[in-house]
Amino acid sequence: MNSPILRSPSLKTAPTLSFYKLGCSKGGRKLFKDVDCTLEAGKWLYITGANGVGKTSLLRMLCGLAPTEFGEISWNGTPIHAQRESYQRDLCYLGHLNALQESMTVSENLRFMTALGGSQVDKDQIDEVLLRFGVGGRSQQLVRHLSQGQKRRVALARLALSPARLWVLDEPFVAMDEAGIKMLADLIADHLGAGGLTVLTSHQQVPIGCIPAQILELHR
Amino acid sequence: MKQQASEKVGLTAVLLATLRREVSLAMRQKGEVLTPLVFFVVIASLFPLGVGPESALLLRMAPGVLWVSALLAAMLSLQRLFATDYADGSLEQMALSSTPLGLLVAAKALSHFLLSGLPLVLMAPVLGLQFGLDSRSLGILMLSLLLGTPTLSLIGSIGAALTLGVRGAGVLLSLLVLPLYIPVLIFGAGAVEADAAGLGANGHLSLLAALLVLSLFFAPLATTAALRISLE
Amino acid sequence: MKTRLVHWFKFSSPQNFYFLAGRLWPWFAALAGILMAVGLWISFFVAPIDAQQGQGYRIIFVHVPASQMSMFIYIVMAAWAGLGLAFNTRLSGMMASALAPTGALFAFLSLVTGALWGKPMWGAWWVWDARLTSTLILLFLYLGFLALQSSIDDPRRADKACAVLALVGVVNVPIIYFSVKWWNTLHQGASVSLTAAPSMAVPMLWGMLTMVFAFWMYTIATALARVRNIILDRERHTEWVKHAVE
Repeated sequence: MNSPILRSPSLKTAPTLSFYKLGCSKGGRKLFKDVDCTLEAGKWLYITGANGVGKTSLLRMLCGLAPTEFGEISWNGTPIHAQRESYQRDLCYLGHLNALQESMTVSENLRFMTALGGSQVDKDQIDEVLLRFGVGGRSQQLVRHLSQGQKRRVALARLALSPARLWVLDEPFVAMDEAGIKMLADLIADHLGAGGLTVLTSHQQVPIGCIPAQILELHR
Repeated sequence: MKQQASEKVGLTAVLLATLRREVSLAMRQKGEVLTPLVFFVVIASLFPLGVGPESALLLRMAPGVLWVSALLAAMLSLQRLFATDYADGSLEQMALSSTPLGLLVAAKALSHFLLSGLPLVLMAPVLGLQFGLDSRSLGILMLSLLLGTPTLSLIGSIGAALTLGVRGAGVLLSLLVLPLYIPVLIFGAGAVEADAAGLGANGHLSLLAALLVLSLFFAPLATTAALRISLE
Repeated sequence: MKTRLVHWFKFSSPQNFYFLAGRLWPWFAALAGILMAVGLWISFFVAPIDAQQGQGYRIIFVHVPASQMSMFIYIVMAAWAGLGLAFNTRLSGMMASALAPTGALFAFLSLVTGALWGKPMWGAWWVWDARLTSTLILLFLYLGFLALQSSIDDPRRADKACAVLALVGVVNVPIIYFSVKWWNTLHQGASVSLTAAPSMAVPMLWGMLTMVFAFWMYTIATALARVRNIILDRERHTEWVKHAVE
């Protein structure tokens, strides 16, 4: 199996994500506090909780997009703010937005996104990954002409092309049909099997291969 | 079987890819690029309508009027710099990519210059003729705009980053950025006047170049900080 | 040494600073009042009549200190903002926001007094001299800061964005001042300058200094009072605020 992880530069030690005493407040109101967790290679973290409890905020803190006012997040033992560039190299974030430019083609979008991550894809790789996600043959289409579901699948294709070891996914199964959900679950399972890590939130309970989830429940 | 992107890509390649992306996006939405240019012509034409067609007066006013019009036109297209990427999530991805955000910001500012500053430089002589500037003054005008408009793009990117997703961003952007543009305006218009007065434009032009170098180093830093704040 | 540091950092919490500011600001207000009275007395009664400018020149005792204050306050504001960005303290951003309106006020006051001085002197309400023009631009920078602050809903984000703006501004202020001076000398030759005060008699110097100190005390008093309101507003969800406003 052609695993992206094995090409990652620093595979000396198994990667670990840990956070300690994380807290979050929004608009003066405390959302959650004293959240700890350690996630090791090959495992996935399922973050659950009621609407508005701060799941998206937690994910954005893990990415380094939102500042951590309370607590600390570490990747391979080093705090993420001390190693921003190498952490970001190992990270792929899929939020609610697809990050696709409507006026550009699928292929142009994917090429740009992978270039940002420091790698290059050729036409065949793009075609193959699009095929895998059920949007094959659309690489020259403008994103504007795709349906919502198709756009989401193209966004997932970016995941598949990324060499990142840590995937942070915010409600990735939303607005996907059964086939799409299975595709994504298999993709994540492969990623975990190759030694990657995944953190995701979802309102649906989706089994990922045979790997049990590490569950983190957020409450006020 | 997973496909994987291979081959490392150098930073210059990423910068070129960003430039190419900005330019091709602009080409597909030509209206957004052309409108500020038309605006430039309209504003510059308003002044003679306001003060009368007396040629000596227009000649005296020309550098200042053309520079102010260029300022305003350059500012119109600043909002576009980050807004669409912010709205569709691309900006987030840029902030999370392994490419330093400062470099991406500089690439975006450069593309703004190519798409709005450079056309202004090329159109200014045509308007300058309307005001009666001679060919030597036109040359100095073009040179001053060539040195000054990249600085406008760089300083403007700070304002664009600060006002992302904010109420009334357009007007607020102008209020924040115009005072910072004043030195560029003074040296730019002053270059043409100084040359016409026989004092030589070298001092002004070197100051413009100095401002460009300063903003090339510092503006991306400020813009990156502002972007991360807007993305929180 | 460590305990001394901890002791000071105690006041970087909004709650503690609120009460400290509450005790301090009346003293500064009183000092401001006294110094202003002394300064105005000196400027009206003690300083001699200027041979050329007559009584009208006395407005210089407000105009010059006001324009200096508007500049100082911008620098102090930028310093607080920078601290807030560097150490991620909430209070620093609040202090910068508390100072901004006073700074804008002094800039405006400087422009108005400049006009009041200029009219009898030069026959015009406004002269484009280097100092007045720079103060006008400084006022624009203040207004931009206040506008940015009010248009961002989240106070933390507003503080940080304004901090970046203030730092960019403070770097630009010398450049702007230099370019305006350049512009002025190039266009007017022998520049008409409202700042060219004739050789200062000693009482005049004392008068100006007193007014500068008076304005400083006023600034500190208003900043402390204003920051208390800001603290109450921002921290309104906390327990201690609920007790404090009872």
